[in-house]
Amino acid sequence: MFEAIAFYLFAFLTIVMFYIVVTTSQALYALTALAAGMIFISAFFFILGADFLGVVQIIVYTGAVMALYAFGMMFFDTTRGVKEKQGNKYIISGLSTLAAVLIVMIVAAPIVSKNIVAYYPVVEGVGNVQQVGMVLFTKYLVPFELAAVMLLVAMIAGIVLAGKKMDLSITLMSREEIEAMKDESNKKVLS
Amino acid sequence: MMEIGLNHYLVLSTILFCIGLVGVMKRKNLLMLFFSTEILLNAVNISFAAISHYYGDFTGQMFAFFVIAIAASEVAVGLGLLIVWFKRFGNVDLDSMSSMRG
Repeated sequence: MFEAIAFYLFAFLTIVMFYIVVTTSQALYALTALAAGMIFISAFFFILGADFLGVVQIIVYTGAVMALYAFGMMFFDTTRGVKEKQGNKYIISGLSTLAAVLIVMIVAAPIVSKNIVAYYPVVEGVGNVQQVGMVLFTKYLVPFELAAVMLLVAMIAGIVLAGKKMDLSITLMSREEIEAMKDESNKKVLS
Repeated sequence: MMEIGLNHYLVLSTILFCIGLVGVMKRKNLLMLFFSTEILLNAVNISFAAISHYYGDFTGQMFAFFVIAIAASEVAVGLGLLIVWFKRFGNVDLDSMSSMRG
């Protein structure tokens, strides 16, 4: 009973929030609605018994990703509404066709594959976090390490890309100044 | 109606995925495009967790973890590139990114 109420409530809220993200013209509204939608999605994970996943969802998405977007938006002019010209009708119709096919596929897929066997069955009497640890550090150890390396690479790439010449804005400089700066750096490399 | 099964979650995941897909196709601002990508990844995560719960299998949750890790690294690199582009050209419009004449 309460599961049903929670499911329908959070489904409604999530759909509304993501609809706002897709349709609004204000970047700040979109950011806020996306953060709210992420928290509502973590509610589904808690309902489904995946506690650790829900906590990770809140920490990573609303803690790290949203903070990253908020910091990134300091660089952009977000006070001005986003100007977008509307696409043509063919794209919209093709899109809805694709979405309809997708609905059929997703609903039909679990019916087709009735003979699913659980490779890592849920053990009774063991907490979710404990079980995540057991599976993650035995079977999925190598992908886990690879994900760690990938996050490190992404962090270094982010620092290198965004942190370069923080103190000056290339958009506010004239073309001559940029060329002069390029020549200077070339000289530094050559000498 | 009152019993929440796997199909409820799959339908919800489909709806969210379609919203994200429409956003990806409709949006011309690159920041908004990133937001739509996050919606897509989250929609898939819901169905992973639901299938993991209803089939008693743990693999779905593991995949959801890796999807979250990939989303985080994608945001870091993508936002860095976006900042560099904005510093150079002053906007993040998709239509202006045609310098390769593709």
